Amino acid sequence: MKQWHRSGDEVVATFERQEAHLLRAMVDQIRDILAARTAQAPADELSALTGIRTGPSTAPDDRVLARLLPEFSREDPALSGGLRSLHEPELIDTKDGVAAVVLDTCPRDGGTVRLGAEAAAAWLSALNDVRLALGTVLEVSEDMPDQLPDSDPRAPHFGVYHWLTYVQETLVLAVAGE
Amino acid sequence: MTSPVELERSEVDEVGAVDTPWQAIVWNDPVNLMSYVTYVLQKLFGYSKDKANKLMLDVHHKGRAIVSSGSKDKVELDVSKLHAAGLWATMERHS
Repeated sequence: MKQWHRSGDEVVATFERQEAHLLRAMVDQIRDILAARTAQAPADELSALTGIRTGPSTAPDDRVLARLLPEFSREDPALSGGLRSLHEPELIDTKDGVAAVVLDTCPRDGGTVRLGAEAAAAWLSALNDVRLALGTVLEVSEDMPDQLPDSDPRAPHFGVYHWLTYVQETLVLAVAGE
Repeated sequence: MTSPVELERSEVDEVGAVDTPWQAIVWNDPVNLMSYVTYVLQKLFGYSKDKANKLMLDVHHKGRAIVSSGSKDKVELDVSKLHAAGLWATMERHS
């Protein structure tokens, strides 16, 4: 794909078939790991009665999930746990929602994507979630070189990470009208 | 009376003053793009591009920045919005 560009009120980019497959698969995977987190905490009777959903009060062990669903406080575990329990179900819904927007608007076999303001905002969040997940697995750090040595097992995946960075960066610029 | 410019600067520099017992903090993160962090701060808090950019640079260079402050409920809501956007944010009581 070439960078996103503005066209009237919309932002536009064209994805190759392989790019669309890759993006959709990664976005799908985010939905799966979020759904797995929800499934770990089945709705209890009290939630069913009151309609107030509560999530788990402890952070996920999995480091990708832990990055997608961060703690509210660094210094107060009780505060963090309470707020997580209160906000996590909605946070998961929000992340699932933006992922769904990408799957709804990115053609399965590639092609042109046109996004209004709301859909573009959803794409930005969803792309960020995918980059957070991949960046966590690849242990991306500030001082990492742009290209890893071929001997590094992460090297092949790094191209995908950089491509996602390009997609997100050019989308931010197009949305901001720059 | 202060000019709008001065007012904005004092907001940035003195968040966490007297009537703002809680603060939302954004931490530096190796994944989040600088342009995206600026975009998120503008979109969520209605900050000017300059103010959002200054806060983003503080996060980048100093490791963290206070991006909003106020009552516990307000800051809690701000942090949950920042989490939805994928920023690494926490809240703390102003000391």
